[in-house]
Amino acid sequence: SSHEHKFNFKKSKEMCLSYIQDAVLQKQWKKAAEFLTFYTESLEKDFSREYMGPSEIIWRIGTEILCHHSHNTMKEFNSFIEQMKTLGVKRYLKVCLEHAFRLLCNGLIDEAYQNLSLAESWRFGERTAIQDKEMKLIQAYRGLLDYYSWSKQKNILLEHGQDGFEDLSVEQEMHSCFRKAAVNLKEIITIPGVWDLFVKCYVDLLEFYGDHDEARQVLNDYAYNSKFPANPNAHVYLYQFLKRHGESKKSLISALKILHDIVPSHELMIDFNTMLQKSKKRRNRRLGLEVIFAALDYAGWKENVKAWSCLARQVKHTVISEKHLDWIKQEWNSRKDWWPAFHFSHYLAKRNWQENESLSYEKALVAGILLGKDCKYFKYVSHQGCKAQVKRARILKKFVNKHNHVYLRMSG
Amino acid sequence: DFDERCAQCSEVNWGLTDGGRFYCRSCHNVTERTREVVNTDFISNTRVQTISKRLRKQEKTDGGCEWYVCEGFQLVLKKQAEALEALGVCPQMKDEILCNFWRRYLQKSKQAYCNRPAGETVKALSVCDSSTDVDSEAERCSLLYSSLSESEGDLQTDCSFASSTSKVSESTSVCSGSVDGSLYLMKNQKEKLRMTMPMTLSFCYMALLWLREPMTLSDLLRFVVEGHVPYLNVFRHFPEKMKLCGLDLKIFCVESWPVYGEVYNKMLELAAFLDLPRFPDITDSCFLHPDMLCMKYLMEANLPDELHNWTCRVVKKICIGETNFLTLVPGNKSTRNVKYDVLAAAVIVVVLKLLFLLDDHYEWLLSDFAEERNKNNKEGCPYFEFKKWYKVIKCSLDVEQKKLDEERAKCLWRCEKPLFYSAQKKSKVLKRRQMVENLQNQFGKLSGSVRPAEKPNPSSFQLRWSEENTDGSCFHGHSLKGILQEKCGLLTAMNPDYWLCTVKLCTEKVCGHVAHYREVDFPQSYHFVLRLFSFLLRIQPSHIHDEVCVIEHKLFDKRLCKKPKYNTGLRK
Repeated sequence: SSHEHKFNFKKSKEMCLSYIQDAVLQKQWKKAAEFLTFYTESLEKDFSREYMGPSEIIWRIGTEILCHHSHNTMKEFNSFIEQMKTLGVKRYLKVCLEHAFRLLCNGLIDEAYQNLSLAESWRFGERTAIQDKEMKLIQAYRGLLDYYSWSKQKNILLEHGQDGFEDLSVEQEMHSCFRKAAVNLKEIITIPGVWDLFVKCYVDLLEFYGDHDEARQVLNDYAYNSKFPANPNAHVYLYQFLKRHGESKKSLISALKILHDIVPSHELMIDFNTMLQKSKKRRNRRLGLEVIFAALDYAGWKENVKAWSCLARQVKHTVISEKHLDWIKQEWNSRKDWWPAFHFSHYLAKRNWQENESLSYEKALVAGILLGKDCKYFKYVSHQGCKAQVKRARILKKFVNKHNHVYLRMSG
Repeated sequence: DFDERCAQCSEVNWGLTDGGRFYCRSCHNVTERTREVVNTDFISNTRVQTISKRLRKQEKTDGGCEWYVCEGFQLVLKKQAEALEALGVCPQMKDEILCNFWRRYLQKSKQAYCNRPAGETVKALSVCDSSTDVDSEAERCSLLYSSLSESEGDLQTDCSFASSTSKVSESTSVCSGSVDGSLYLMKNQKEKLRMTMPMTLSFCYMALLWLREPMTLSDLLRFVVEGHVPYLNVFRHFPEKMKLCGLDLKIFCVESWPVYGEVYNKMLELAAFLDLPRFPDITDSCFLHPDMLCMKYLMEANLPDELHNWTCRVVKKICIGETNFLTLVPGNKSTRNVKYDVLAAAVIVVVLKLLFLLDDHYEWLLSDFAEERNKNNKEGCPYFEFKKWYKVIKCSLDVEQKKLDEERAKCLWRCEKPLFYSAQKKSKVLKRRQMVENLQNQFGKLSGSVRPAEKPNPSSFQLRWSEENTDGSCFHGHSLKGILQEKCGLLTAMNPDYWLCTVKLCTEKVCGHVAHYREVDFPQSYHFVLRLFSFLLRIQPSHIHDEVCVIEHKLFDKRLCKKPKYNTGLRK
């Protein structure tokens, strides 16, 4: 019937929107602006209860266009956003928050601060749950900016201090910023979520004012509270804090253990392995081996000399002591099918030798022990090295030859 | 204007009674004179309207005046007629035909009807019924007006207002600016063929058809969309005092473009409702006759003029060029009503199928032969090459279609005159409007170009091809020799085959269609040709396809009756 193809307001605006979307995706800002001009009148018919109605579309797309278009100024952008804020009570806080972000991205920190403060003082009837959250975010970001001010004041003070000046007013302002920041930062990190930046700043404040207990509590909570999403960074922050304050190896190890579980390829795994290798406890040394093998499972570590040297060192010690060879066997079991191609191919031998001899020596030792003296990698590197009459190569060759029985035992 | 002096007090200060008689306001002397002269340029005729005190008050408070929905429509029709006149339609359309149709409509729908003593002319206009039916809807009375060119003295109307019940008038002042807006939208109005905006175009088309003007329905609708004929936001032209709000918006605000089928069907309904006689004959010298329209469309589609012989042959063979077939007889349900533009387009499609088969194979074969011949023979008329034509048309069609799509996306539905449902919403509506205009300004500047406010120049032809173009992109003069052969002194097509679009026609009454077109079921060349005419006429390809099916069944009627089973591929 004729009704299916009726060309009406709704269809016409849908078409218009698809032109806008195409233009935005192709970064044709002039064209997008042109079609948006024709789309704006859908605001006059914004009865939609759809997920994304014209008001939201115009706000978001308009923002993109204004931010990318070469002729646009911040002033015009601001006036646009102010209009968008009036378009709907439910959206007000969200628009304010995003406005503040844009201002921050453009380095307009004071304006962002003003916006956030203004939004914070906004009251309109009953707030929905979502708006509650948005308000908390607004307060949190304002707290962050307070921290930033505090930081600036602190630096000024330190400079003046060095020069021998004292500045009471700066100091007072600094403390007031601290108070404002602390309140809001503390508030936000109690809500389950990822608040890396906020946590760091808050801890920084606490440490400066000497409240180490509170800082430790905050970091522990952030890392171990099960309501919070698993966050590797939380453990990193905790570890760094503990290290800074000279905490025991035990607590450091327990902090890093969880990191190993979550992100076996984390860069701290080298430090972790180093710590574990030195430990008197057997189970820690065992863990160390596990940690370093696990890290080298990842492609990003393939050419990391440090990591290979850790592994080589630990393998060497184990082999020399003739104790706990079964540890190596256990680790090697799940890897023997794919590590040879992954790390110890002939091609890699050549490449590693060309690019980084130290790397190839470390790897060659590991290969020689795990795969025997006849393996491609070891043979190539030791041959090249001996050809060049490098002492290290001779030592390597001797060592592997001497301990070849280890390989035979393991592969048996 | 009645400006005699009062017999009693010698003042010239007249008002009108309920009975439509003049009375002197100064001394309340009632005369026997009844007079009604208003022109269709609606002015608030205070003299006529001052009937009851209640109504008088209403008029003064909001600055507006009372107006009835049909007055609004009358204004719309007037504007449309003027626009059509500006497009070249003869003035008779506005002053006589459309006017009379409208009046007749008003009579028939009892919004105004004749209630006269004996001896009046047919042209006399109406009066209202002053019965007040409190139980059901209050029947209302409306003001009537004379034609534009009618001189005074001819018309004598007996006009009176019925005072509405207080209940109704209270509710209407809230729900609509017009007096009878709410009543208008009530359901039981259906029997009276309630007036709508699309119906204004049905009126226009009916008048054009009566006058046999060279404008098809698809032309008319295209002019509407292009803005040459007022339709969208036509209330802009209403005078200030005619306030629109509330339910009036549902009546006068359009939020979709008119659909061919709807306008056409309404026109038929209207013609029957008005008890119109047989329309003036459509003969072979009329623009709307298939022979003429085919010529026009062939030119527009850049096809060889020689094809016209073929279209005429088809038209003759299936008798669709007969006056009786083409002329509209309102109310006659046995004849199939003719959509002249669609018919002509469909005839061309059938001819193309006859000559080129259009099975995605044969037409290209023929084209290759023609190309060979043209390469070796540069003198005389080139043979028509389907492939070349296809490339040229496809290119233009894609460009034009793209333009059309962009225009549709850029369609602005609102105008600067804001409308609101109620007084409470007014400030919100105005604020929104202001914001929209600000945003349009802001982004308009960034778009780098000034929004072109000009409408395209109105033209009957959308695609133009000139033989003066040296690039050979005009095919009018090309010859069909390559695809024709002579048999027994008659030129026939070399193509021996034909495929039917459908073996059996569906019953229109059951599903509304004669056939069901799906692009995937048919050859691409066929779809391309449909697409071309679909663009020119601004209708769905399926409508043309329907007509093609009907024509084919008429053309091959005898064969279809002979054998019960058919496959596609029929020998001619």
